[in-house]
Amino acid sequence: MSDIAEKVKSIIVEKLGVEASEVTPEASFTNDLGADSLDTVELIMEFEKEFSVSIPDDQAENIQTVGQAIAYLENAK
Amino acid sequence: MELKRVVVTGLGALTPIGNTVGDFWDGLSKGKNGCGPITKFDAEKFRTRFACELKDFKVEDYINPKEARKMDPFTQYAVVASDEAIADAGFDMETLNKNKVGVIWGSGIGGLKTFEDEMIYFGQGDGTPKINPFFIPKMIADSSSGQISIRNRFRGPNYVTVSACSSANNAIIDAFNYIRTGRIHVCVTGGSEAPVTIASVGGFTAMHAMSTRNDDPATACRPYDVDRDGFVVGEGAGALILEEYEHAKARGAKIYAELIGGGFSSDAHHITAPHPEGYGALLSMLDALEDAGIKPEEVDYINTHGTSTPIGDPQEIKAIVDCFGEHAYKMSISSTKSMTGHLLGGAGAVEAVASVLAIQHQFVPPTINIFNRDPEIDQRIDLTENKGKSRKIDIALSNGFGFGGHNATVIFRKL
Repeated sequence: MSDIAEKVKSIIVEKLGVEASEVTPEASFTNDLGADSLDTVELIMEFEKEFSVSIPDDQAENIQTVGQAIAYLENAK
Repeated sequence: MELKRVVVTGLGALTPIGNTVGDFWDGLSKGKNGCGPITKFDAEKFRTRFACELKDFKVEDYINPKEARKMDPFTQYAVVASDEAIADAGFDMETLNKNKVGVIWGSGIGGLKTFEDEMIYFGQGDGTPKINPFFIPKMIADSSSGQISIRNRFRGPNYVTVSACSSANNAIIDAFNYIRTGRIHVCVTGGSEAPVTIASVGGFTAMHAMSTRNDDPATACRPYDVDRDGFVVGEGAGALILEEYEHAKARGAKIYAELIGGGFSSDAHHITAPHPEGYGALLSMLDALEDAGIKPEEVDYINTHGTSTPIGDPQEIKAIVDCFGEHAYKMSISSTKSMTGHLLGGAGAVEAVASVLAIQHQFVPPTINIFNRDPEIDQRIDLTENKGKSRKIDIALSNGFGFGGHNATVIFRKL
């Protein structure tokens, strides 16, 4: 697993209070990991902070699973 | 309309001298000091470098870390103390009509730490507002009552009263009124504050309201002592379960005491200074006595507001003498803030719990740290100096006064 994927996973574990084993690429933040709308916004902000990127709102809307977040951040680097 | 009777059936306390009701009473009755150097932030450059902080409190022992992260400390304290009180009340959660259970809480400030942290983070950036989405729901004062309600699915009235250091007394009186008028059966009430922060300590010292006895924090909070030099800020929460008497009897609940009256007034004088003649304090106590339908001579114990400020302490004692006349010299009086510090919006709650426990144990907790009693304070008043004592307590009264000129008084009776 890439460094980015590892970091994304650990942010999700910390912010959503879930087990690392639940954080699979297909897992949806809201449907599988118990996030509400505020959790999702906070996650995106943490990704921005951790990876020093800016994620526009219209693109943030498309980041709904762990795999989508990793893919977006790998491309952004 | 005939008013219903209201009783106390559960207590919770998270305080600088004890993290449970049992430990709180143990500390109170023995005259334990809750004050020490500030550990929550680097106070080296502050004029006051001590406070009454909670001891050995780990929030994860009480609240799931995922939930706790979304709460300011003042809400965490509210949840911990109310959890204790709700458990103590021993409800059958399956049969309790949760639509008729309210949560009315008090906090003077709300999520100050949350506000500070977010604004410091903003100030360190380039002006782009990267505000955390939980900032507002963590900060607002009513998040405390909201979280208690969500946690327990209590669906009655839910809000927070804000009247500085009388906030919790106002919350208790509101809860009392909803129950005695039959609108609800039960109410979780009380108050909490988490004011050991840079803005709060810095702000109160700027007003010259706080003690600066940095060389001896343990004796800094000394109400009625001639050398008192200001209040000592404290953190934590107090919680009470108020319940309609017949409702409590029907389920065989343990009853601590009856809440028989609530009074309030406004100084209408100055935004921070109390009325020099204690007129607002007097009106509040008279209003509470009238509401309770008792004579002044029936009061055995007063838990004073008594914050250890040069101006505030004597005006309250003067108001007590004006209110009770000769009987003022037969009552026991104490300021438990001498031990807990001043919990601001939570103070009235912690002191209501102390008053109820005083009735339960028939024991007056002391005013500690009186080394040289202020000669300006009526010498015939029994301040329960430095050592608690057993005595008959049928009725206890507790005062709370706040910046803004708010005064509120509650009265409990042994059942």
